[in-house]
Amino acid sequence: MKRAVVTVIGKDRPGIIAGVSKTLAEKQANILDVSQTLMGTIFTMSMLIDITEIDAQFDDLQNSLKQTGEVLGVTVHIQREEIFNSISQI
Amino acid sequence: MDIKKINETIQMISEEHFDIRTVTMGLSLLDCIGANGQQTAEKVYEKIIKKAGNLVATARQLERDFGVPIVNKRISVTPISLLAGNSDYAGLLAIAHSLDRAAAAVGVDFIGGYSALIQKGTTPSEKMLIESLPEVLSKTNLLMSSINVASTKAGINLNAIRKMGETIKDIAQQDPLANAKLVVFANAVEDNPFMAGAFHGVSEDDAVINVGVSGPGVVKRALETVRDQPIDVVAEKIKTTAFKITRIGQLIGTLTAQKLGLPFGIVDLSLAPTPARGDSVAEVLEEIGLEQVGTQGTTAALMLLNDAVKKGGVMASQRVGGLSGAFIPVSEDAGMIDAAVAGTLTISKLEAMTAVCSVGLDMIAIPGDTPATTISAMIADEAAIGVQNNKTTAVRVIPVPGKGVGDEIDFGGLLGRAPIMPVINRSSEKFISRGGHIPAPIHSFKN
Repeated sequence: MKRAVVTVIGKDRPGIIAGVSKTLAEKQANILDVSQTLMGTIFTMSMLIDITEIDAQFDDLQNSLKQTGEVLGVTVHIQREEIFNSISQI
Repeated sequence: MDIKKINETIQMISEEHFDIRTVTMGLSLLDCIGANGQQTAEKVYEKIIKKAGNLVATARQLERDFGVPIVNKRISVTPISLLAGNSDYAGLLAIAHSLDRAAAAVGVDFIGGYSALIQKGTTPSEKMLIESLPEVLSKTNLLMSSINVASTKAGINLNAIRKMGETIKDIAQQDPLANAKLVVFANAVEDNPFMAGAFHGVSEDDAVINVGVSGPGVVKRALETVRDQPIDVVAEKIKTTAFKITRIGQLIGTLTAQKLGLPFGIVDLSLAPTPARGDSVAEVLEEIGLEQVGTQGTTAALMLLNDAVKKGGVMASQRVGGLSGAFIPVSEDAGMIDAAVAGTLTISKLEAMTAVCSVGLDMIAIPGDTPATTISAMIADEAAIGVQNNKTTAVRVIPVPGKGVGDEIDFGGLLGRAPIMPVINRSSEKFISRGGHIPAPIHSFKN
């Protein structure tokens, strides 16, 4: 399975999770795990998603998430999972 | 997956200037030697296009996939003097321009390897290559040159050093900025991905991917969490941070190689600064406890930094190579520039620092009226440090015609800006004019 991590950071407001999830659903990315916290008024969320079926459209998904982030006023990153594992494991 | 781990990675990249400094394709051109220079030039162009055509696109895709900036994509090639044995001068120029055009065509930032290894003796083609440097470096854009004039095994070629002092002055007359594209080495390494000194050694594979990591900003941030603690805590902190930085280099390098169907070479564990604030080796040293880099204690702090980076990186990488150490290029490091302007950092102190880190007197602007023999003597001093200590050292100084101490020169981009630094104005001419060869040190006879 190919997986990626979506991270969202920005000022809290209604509709962030809905907005990001909607984009993921439209692009057929399956959400495997979600973790969300508020640090003061800063909203942070990490999502683990399955991109096995849509691997070839990674750039397209990345652009869509970036646009969604702009609409919602938050920063959205998507990175393949390997980087997070490799950084602290051998 | 651990959220802390995710946040830490995101922070490293977005706030602490972590990046992969370079993905460099090492490429052998030994199979490109034609019947004459012009033929060689054609074959060189074809091979670079064929082998490196997808390098930039592949690296860009990995940048998007992992959200890690890869600042430069580069190519290093076989030392060109080895290809030019049957070339005349016009043929050699054709090869140089062919390299420059090929680099532009595949979209890389630099191509390195307009080089000669003359630590012991000089062949006619090597002599010709050195004589072509003022013309070639002032008329090409992306081509970088390195000349190795000393090694622990062969000793120090003083004739070559004398010639290089004169050559650097000649280049300055043509174009002062062109000297940023030339480095004079002792103990040059064959798999260095960093410029200007990258070339692809003859013992290497046909084509290979090498990676140079960066990240002084990440190290500085990490050290901010251990203020006022004993120095061994600092060393540990640098080690663990270097480990993480190197892991990303290893990942990106492996994947680039895989996608291009090439073997992965090495990760160069260097801390390379950029002129951006917060991405400075000087600031790391200051965080360790120096008011300004260049003051007493700088050499000790740098030795610790350099060693801890290696210890952290070695475990994180499958294969380590290149220069692997902290870089101290003056013009490319905001903190070094400040210290040089303030007079805290002098060339003498920088020379001492080069004994404990990679690589040498790097990107230092000096007065335009500095005699060629003084530049040669600076090279000889650096070579002596390298040869005696079994390490790579180098000189990349930039004499700026018409300018003196107090003036400044701007290189633009990653190369930054540099204040003209004072050089001791007592002559070394009689020493350099002796010529000949400084014998290899006794501890090089190990067999």
